[in-house]
Amino acid sequence: MATYSSIDQANAAVAQRIIDAQPRLVDVVPAKTVIPALEGRLILHAGPPIAFEDMPDPVQGAAIGATLFEGWAQDEESARRMCSEEIQFAPNNDFRAVGAMGGILTGSIPVFVVDNATDGNRAYTSMHEGEGKVLRFGVYDQAVGDHLVWMRDVLGAGLSEALKLFPDGGLAVNPILAQAVTMGDDFHVRITAASSLMFRELAPKLVRVGMPQEQIESVLDFLAGNVNFFLTLGMASGKATLDAAATVNAGSVVTCMTRNGREFAIRVSGLGDRWFTGPEEELDTLYFPGFTDADACPDTGDSAIVEAYGFGGLVSVAAPAVQQMVGTGEGGFAEALATSEEQAEIVVTHNPNMPIPNWDFKGVPVGIDIRKVVSTGIAPLITTAVMHKEAGIGMVGIGKVRASMPCFTSALEALADARGITPTA
Amino acid sequence: MLYSIIKSNTYQDSLRLMQLSNALNGTAGINQVSVMMGSPTNKEILRSAGLDTPEVDGAKPTDLVIVADVADAAVGESLLAKVDDFLRYRAPVSGRSGLRSARSLERAVGMLGQADLALVSIPGQYVASEVHRLLDRNIHAFIFSDNVSISDEVALKRRARESGLLVMGPDCGTGRIRGLPLGFANVVHDGSIGLVGASGTGLQEVMVHIDRLGGGVSHAIGLGGRDLSPEVGGITCLQAFRALAADAATDVVVLVSKPPAASVRDEVIGVADELSKPVVAILLGERVEAEVEGNVHYARTLEEAARVAVELAGTRSSRPVALCPEQRWIKALYTGGTLASEAAMLLGDSLGLTGNTEHRHEVIDLGDDVYTRGRPHPMIDPSLRTERMAAVFDDPENAVLLLDVVLGHGADPDPAGALAAVIVDGLARVHADGRDLAVVASVCGTEEDPQCSSAQTLILEQAGVAVLPSNAAAVRHAAAIVRRRDASTVSMPATPEPIRRLLSESPRIVNIGLREFADPLLRLGAQVVHYDWRPVAGGDPKLQALLDALS
Repeated sequence: MATYSSIDQANAAVAQRIIDAQPRLVDVVPAKTVIPALEGRLILHAGPPIAFEDMPDPVQGAAIGATLFEGWAQDEESARRMCSEEIQFAPNNDFRAVGAMGGILTGSIPVFVVDNATDGNRAYTSMHEGEGKVLRFGVYDQAVGDHLVWMRDVLGAGLSEALKLFPDGGLAVNPILAQAVTMGDDFHVRITAASSLMFRELAPKLVRVGMPQEQIESVLDFLAGNVNFFLTLGMASGKATLDAAATVNAGSVVTCMTRNGREFAIRVSGLGDRWFTGPEEELDTLYFPGFTDADACPDTGDSAIVEAYGFGGLVSVAAPAVQQMVGTGEGGFAEALATSEEQAEIVVTHNPNMPIPNWDFKGVPVGIDIRKVVSTGIAPLITTAVMHKEAGIGMVGIGKVRASMPCFTSALEALADARGITPTA
Repeated sequence: MLYSIIKSNTYQDSLRLMQLSNALNGTAGINQVSVMMGSPTNKEILRSAGLDTPEVDGAKPTDLVIVADVADAAVGESLLAKVDDFLRYRAPVSGRSGLRSARSLERAVGMLGQADLALVSIPGQYVASEVHRLLDRNIHAFIFSDNVSISDEVALKRRARESGLLVMGPDCGTGRIRGLPLGFANVVHDGSIGLVGASGTGLQEVMVHIDRLGGGVSHAIGLGGRDLSPEVGGITCLQAFRALAADAATDVVVLVSKPPAASVRDEVIGVADELSKPVVAILLGERVEAEVEGNVHYARTLEEAARVAVELAGTRSSRPVALCPEQRWIKALYTGGTLASEAAMLLGDSLGLTGNTEHRHEVIDLGDDVYTRGRPHPMIDPSLRTERMAAVFDDPENAVLLLDVVLGHGADPDPAGALAAVIVDGLARVHADGRDLAVVASVCGTEEDPQCSSAQTLILEQAGVAVLPSNAAAVRHAAAIVRRRDASTVSMPATPEPIRRLLSESPRIVNIGLREFADPLLRLGAQVVHYDWRPVAGGDPKLQALLDALS
């Protein structure tokens, strides 16, 4: 293992891994074929470890739905009992996976397989189900189950074949990120451009796979109608990239940010797989009609990997739509620029391969340094979808939230401890 | 009642529409309103919210849907105008001044490329560590903050001196570098008087009077109230003296202070006496024994210090005059008898002419009977004087032509005009000969006089005359010009390069602390970045120690 003479040098190595990563979408398969632990009665979830009883209602709902989908129980009541008594729960992040919202993942749910061609590591994530009644918002009924089956057997199987037709054996993600960040995406609450670019890449291959007509129609209709389809691919690309960066095993760069609806959590490049957790900050949300703060579920999901990856709130300057909700929300471009300038204070460097024209072609931020976060008091800004606190209702708005500062201070203390530095003063 | 409006084929971003919905929801008569694109998902959201109308059901994904639960139809009909009004372009409300802002010194410096000077106005307990970080980066510091220990001040100033940097302050209220105001600062004109001061309002008062008297300021270097204490030993004061002595924009140096400790006074005045430029010292509270001692002119009041400085430096409208070593004599051609007597007396005093017959200084009263026999008085007929001026220009040993210009009823309607023509002509001959000559005058007149004093002054200045505010001032200025011929040539240590650059190039400034101090700099076109300073790690000493250890 390489040794580094300073934290700065280690961080530079971590940042270089992030810049050099080449994530590609190479396959879509049922989760258990790539995560063997999911052969058993294991449910993966978003965020740091949490007991079923402590999960927010929609996450519990999704776990119950997944239990029913897997056929481990036949009715909701027994599924709930199994969840609290028999089934094991573990964080997605411990299995190279990430998931949106509750992030509930079981063996039969199809996942994107993202391969980092540079380092050879892989990451997994369930596919975006679309809006409305979907598992990630804690809904489970016949329609949701049928949709999941369709996603596995039609969409997933079709994509799996289509991906084989790409010359490099998969869909390269960096070109989509680099283009879409110039087209207004932040990849967390604005993913329209990336989803459209992804459709442009996939559609010609899908029609060559030889699916029955009604299947190809349903697949293309679904992809054309889902402006958020790229969300989880972006997350898994971030996961594959940051997992590779974490193998540097040194430095003070954030390699994961996530939340389980109760706690915010981070991992740090020099501190292995340890979770550093803290209480969640209040969401500041723009609501859909009829909803208020009283309806909102606390911030949930592995999607904050998008910010750890350098996107989301950090690239507010690039996303005109998001500019309306950062800062005071009234300042337009100046506020968005100020937000990105502020966030740039806490990163190691910028990615020259992903310049942002609005930012005088400064690159996407790379590598959140916990020392800079603690020193400046600037917490990463996360832009996020907000779901209803009760299962089955779904998304209630779009919000922004700061990462939890105690995660960073406790990680800093651990980093000092690991280097034999005892706190004085 | 439910009221809906469909704007077909009208696209707006959903986040913008959510903001619009929020804005409209506060309107009287509206119970609930939502504006969305008519996508199937959105229509489902509207149905769930009870905002379901046949028009909404028929809307297409490319249609803008406005649907509201309103008190009556009139409210509903007003909605479209409100929506259109919201969607019309409005300038951002935050009104950012264009001042760039950073949250760390690294980024602030990065935005400037390199910083030369920092204005520090943060709580005193944080000043020392922050200024050390500035010195690490070769940045001069202007420290407005107080409550900095004297041991920190000594350490910072010693370190700065070693690096050729200036630490102005702490507790430095005012300053001015190349026309840029630092801290509390009046708007004064540029000029050739450089100030050094351990007193904020003292500096301000002197600068204001300099401005009123027609003078101007090159730089004002604040020291902080303790610089001349025995502990600090005048470190910044001595650096500032030497820097101003070497500064091309500065002709005269003013020191404003309370009386320094005796040991410090000796060193400071010793250096002042050796400067190549005259020094005016106002040591408030110290009894002035003599008006002038060597190179140092002592003033009793702040106003007097300004007056003496302007007399020495000339006004801001004075043109620079370069004299040769052999140019030594003042030729005063006066039209007023008492003005001439005053000139003779002052010149005798300030040049030490009593009993000296070797000099060729001359004060001629052209109103004397000797000259007016058979001719009108020169205040009525300027030719009596103008015909004698050519000889003054043509003598290569003359340094200064000194004049009075008397206005008022009975006097020539345009004495300045008559003089100006001859002066322009004379200076042209002098310049053609590769020389120069100082022409110094005062105007005895008021704004209400038929000739108008400011108009006459302007005519003279445009002809290349230094016009001082009084006869006495004009005489002293003439004496100062001649005396500068004999100025000390004691060699000074070279000015360190960072200080030379600070005074001679446009400084790039980081403003740390009070945002108000950055705004005037920005308006004046300075390169300035505001560092929105906060204590490291929120002021937590344990985390600060860890960060230091992990840096």
